[in-house]
Amino acid sequence: MQLTIITDLNKCVGCKSCQVSCKEHNTSGAFGPLPDRDPYEDADGMWWNRIVTMESGEYPNTAVLYLPKACMHCYDAPCVPVCPTKASYKREDNGVVLIDYDSCIGCQLCMWACPYGVREFDETEGVVKKCTLCIDRIEDESLAPDDRQPACVQSCPTHARTFGDLDDPTSEVAQLVHSRQGFTLLPELGARPAVHYLPRRPAPGLISEELVDERMQSEGY
Amino acid sequence: MALEEPTKVQDTRRSVHTTCYMCACRCGIEVTVENEKIRFIKGIQDSPVNKGVWCAKGGAGIMTEYSPGRLTTPLMRRPGSERGTGDLVPVDWETALSTVAGWLGDIRHQDPSKLAIFTGRDQMQTFTGYFARQFGTPNWAAHGGFCSVNMAAAGMYSVGGSFWEFGWPDLDQASWFMMFGVAEDHPSNPLKLAISALKDRGGRFIAVNPVKSGYGALADEWVPIRPGTDGAFLMAMMHVLDHEGLVDFDFLRAYTNAAGLIIRNPGAADDGLRAGNDADQWWVARADGSLGPMAESHGEGLLDGEFEWQGRTVEPAYAVFRRRLAEFTPKMAEEITGISRKTIVRLALEMGTVAMQHPIVLPIPWKDGYGRVHPETIGRPVAFHAMRGLAAHSNGFQTIRALFDLMMMLGTIDVPGGFRYKSPYPKPVPPEVKPRPNREDYQPDRAAMAPLLGYPTSPDDLMVDQDVPIRIDEAYSWKYPLAAHGTIQNVIRNAYDQSPYAIDTLMVYMANLAWNSTWNTLDTRSMLTAKNEDGEYRIPHVVVLDAYDSETVAFADVVLPDTTYLERWDAASLMDRPISEVDGPADSIRQPVLEPPPGVRPSADVLIDLANRLNLPGFVEAGVPKYRDYHDFIQFWETAPGSGVGLLAGFRGSAAEKILVGEPNRSQLQAYADHHAFWFHRLDPAQQYYRMTNQAYLQWAQQMKFINRAEPIVLHFYSEVMQTFRLAGQGLWPGKKPTAPALKKRVATYFDPLPTWYPPFEDQLADSEKFPFRIITQRPMTHYHSWGSQNAWLRQLLNENPIFMNPRAAEANGLHDGMWVWIESRLGKMTGVLRYSDAVEPTTVWTWNAVAKQAGSWGLDPKAPEATRAILINHIIPDTLPTEEGMGTLFNNDPITGQASWYDTRVRIYPSERHEVWPTVPPRVPKDPDRARTPWLKYDASVPEGSSRSGRH
Repeated sequence: MQLTIITDLNKCVGCKSCQVSCKEHNTSGAFGPLPDRDPYEDADGMWWNRIVTMESGEYPNTAVLYLPKACMHCYDAPCVPVCPTKASYKREDNGVVLIDYDSCIGCQLCMWACPYGVREFDETEGVVKKCTLCIDRIEDESLAPDDRQPACVQSCPTHARTFGDLDDPTSEVAQLVHSRQGFTLLPELGARPAVHYLPRRPAPGLISEELVDERMQSEGY
Repeated sequence: MALEEPTKVQDTRRSVHTTCYMCACRCGIEVTVENEKIRFIKGIQDSPVNKGVWCAKGGAGIMTEYSPGRLTTPLMRRPGSERGTGDLVPVDWETALSTVAGWLGDIRHQDPSKLAIFTGRDQMQTFTGYFARQFGTPNWAAHGGFCSVNMAAAGMYSVGGSFWEFGWPDLDQASWFMMFGVAEDHPSNPLKLAISALKDRGGRFIAVNPVKSGYGALADEWVPIRPGTDGAFLMAMMHVLDHEGLVDFDFLRAYTNAAGLIIRNPGAADDGLRAGNDADQWWVARADGSLGPMAESHGEGLLDGEFEWQGRTVEPAYAVFRRRLAEFTPKMAEEITGISRKTIVRLALEMGTVAMQHPIVLPIPWKDGYGRVHPETIGRPVAFHAMRGLAAHSNGFQTIRALFDLMMMLGTIDVPGGFRYKSPYPKPVPPEVKPRPNREDYQPDRAAMAPLLGYPTSPDDLMVDQDVPIRIDEAYSWKYPLAAHGTIQNVIRNAYDQSPYAIDTLMVYMANLAWNSTWNTLDTRSMLTAKNEDGEYRIPHVVVLDAYDSETVAFADVVLPDTTYLERWDAASLMDRPISEVDGPADSIRQPVLEPPPGVRPSADVLIDLANRLNLPGFVEAGVPKYRDYHDFIQFWETAPGSGVGLLAGFRGSAAEKILVGEPNRSQLQAYADHHAFWFHRLDPAQQYYRMTNQAYLQWAQQMKFINRAEPIVLHFYSEVMQTFRLAGQGLWPGKKPTAPALKKRVATYFDPLPTWYPPFEDQLADSEKFPFRIITQRPMTHYHSWGSQNAWLRQLLNENPIFMNPRAAEANGLHDGMWVWIESRLGKMTGVLRYSDAVEPTTVWTWNAVAKQAGSWGLDPKAPEATRAILINHIIPDTLPTEEGMGTLFNNDPITGQASWYDTRVRIYPSERHEVWPTVPPRVPKDPDRARTPWLKYDASVPEGSSRSGRH
């Protein structure tokens, strides 16, 4: 089993709902808190999920893209073997990459090793923290079924995010990746991220160029 | 204060359902409290508004609750200190309230107009409006004059509804969607859900916007239009649709007044008015050459031709409009908009083809207003959405009229896949409510006899005495005749000028009038502190009700601290801006999740306290107060004694068995609390479409008192109301008319009964070429509605705002990325940092709105980036236009509704030698300096206050 989140970039409007719902749950969750330095001055806080905004192309052929970026829960997670205390580990039963704060010595080698820059150092506790896929929600049997999913997936106002088991070919996430050409970030680095993204799929114009040209001959246009 | 029976998960944990207030979207939220701290806020799955999702603001409500900017006690200006410095001292509630009640009592006894009470984004306007009306002042409104009254009014005068809380694109069924502007708006989560639904079905999305961002980033096609030119774009598309015959002529003939016969008699008193023998009926011409009432013609009225009626030439409104459209060619629109005529023709062909050749057919029979039974419900799956991109221009009203007429031409009003009303709309065009128009209607010690805002139907409804306005904001005057939401942006300058008269007390609720909810900010601030020769303030008293230490608080003489939205009872009412969905009416409540700090009271409770102290009629009867607090008011107030209609529509009647109409229920709020804090009634499918003419719906709506008569609502393709004003401007109207030539000309020019486009006023000024760029703002999804932007989490997501400019335009002007620049309008100049963006069209520059703050306000440290790096373009938005004799101050407003035209601002941009934010205002001392300097915030609701997590590290 490899749990993951799939984000449909055809539906992400960059609203940062997922960024905040992550913080909201996790700061009081089993792996929290997520501290904020100088919260009412030049604030710099911990976020396990950050939205990247990208602009490409030259006007007027401009593309604007939003991409939520958190731990990729890689199959071959580079952060795990570099950890001198085995604090960073990958769960064998579900593929979630976690950090054991009791073993973490705060050396930050894992942050160096992670190709995606999604690990953050908690200066106040001397440990590295990151996305847990809301493992404390997923495994909390006291929660209602709908709450047993990552907060970012539950909150997403465009339902752009889907949670599930990538290794199960019948799962929604596996089928989305298969049918929608799901891709990973920096695949050439070989970490084999579990987190995938689905590309844009523009709806084409409905009127042929020929018809427009023909109608343009009309008097009065 | 009774709290909802908690859902106990553990002993330390409970969950409460309520309604969010981080913006005006009003999503249903479930707030989990642990150790008396907020553990989690999430969307309510069965909420009709947000269907379980929640946004960045909603989740960050936790930090809004615990903001160091919260006001915690009543304050009064320190005796001898100067207004504006924020030198306020704590006082007890009795001192604060008796002071304010003393001022208000004197005013009411002398002249109630000397109270001006203006509110910001409050969601209890039914209540605040009732307070002002019972006080007897005409001078009340919310912030709609700044916000989007063009959108509201143009919709109400066209279709008896509008976008926003009054209607909505049906993206669950549309296959083609065109959105004008809209960076972020309410309802925000519903729009995200709607776009998601469109995308799921592979629908096509066209974004018409000078900037590509947010929702527009997902568009399949970006139409980078020049600001303020959308009206020309819309007119040209209608030109093409008509030329191609891609028009739902049957819809126009049956459900709009496009076939209505108009008298053509220039220079006469009946020119442009309807022909026919019935005062309340449109007449049409029929194929057999006869003329007769529309209601008896069953949609058979002709759209073309010229006829004679009582010796006068008459013709269908559509024929008049066709001549108008002939002027608006795609070629002309290309020059104005910057959009190629080929694109205009192509998009018109697309929308027309989808609407006319790919209808939705639902197997839902229904009966129309003529008694015709339709075996199926036909939909035109073409939907539109628009807000301030169209509204915040001085040609906004007519531009939005054009959009509604375009939708009528496509037959896409209240049909599957098109624009659909939200209950209680549709209302008659315009809705049948209007303020009393004469000075004697506002007398000492008397309540006003009608609501203070509404919809004039002729010049006789204007609140003027000859040319002189009756309201301090000049709403419903010749300058701004259809100011249906008031004109909050005019208040401070007029009060300072003591024109049309001096006021005594300005009460401000939840509106940041001294900073980002104003324009020409520095002058506006100085007007608040200006004094007469006798040393007294020109605005003698300023009272501010707010939950946070905003910039405006510093200008208060008395501050009455409000609770947060998580600490009070409240109602999101159908009588205000409803949270209804397209398939039925809905409303919701707020209930206290946490106890407020001891020195804080809900503002509605405070206003009721004041009303009781002042013995206001409607609040106090025979010396006995009717309402202890807002909890009482929500449950027991009725629109009229025994009407059975109150703020909340659900769970009415003594046994909570009635909806919409029923006697008050003293357990109503508890019933809402027991039902996830909302009420929703899904209309029968046969009542859900064509509601303006759907008999099953209209009869039900009359029973439910949404409308007075179960008669078809004819949509106003042609606005005869507008023509009555034009006649008044021409001196041809028998009743009220302006006398000053400049006023006459203004009214006659802009009150066109058919949509049109004219250049925004800024473009008409002689020196407009000196300012080649238009500057606009976009609302960030994480911040919009700025009362949340001091929020410790949200402010990390955005806390400074450069000026974005097209790189080619920048290079042509010798500017480069990262450079400090001057941004100069005709009003003044300011600095900013330039950033390249290819996602903005070359004649526009833009930045995020409402990020900047006065140093030390909102509980932030004075070194916060909002004060040191963020910029506020309100400083250079011109508040006035050159005026003419007889007009007095002419605000930079739409000439029809008085909407502030802040998107019209033109600027020039050049390198700045000053590498810092300028202008600035002197810093204030933060409300709680120690908390502003907190080095670390480690929010954790899982542990009780004062302890830390155990078993770790």
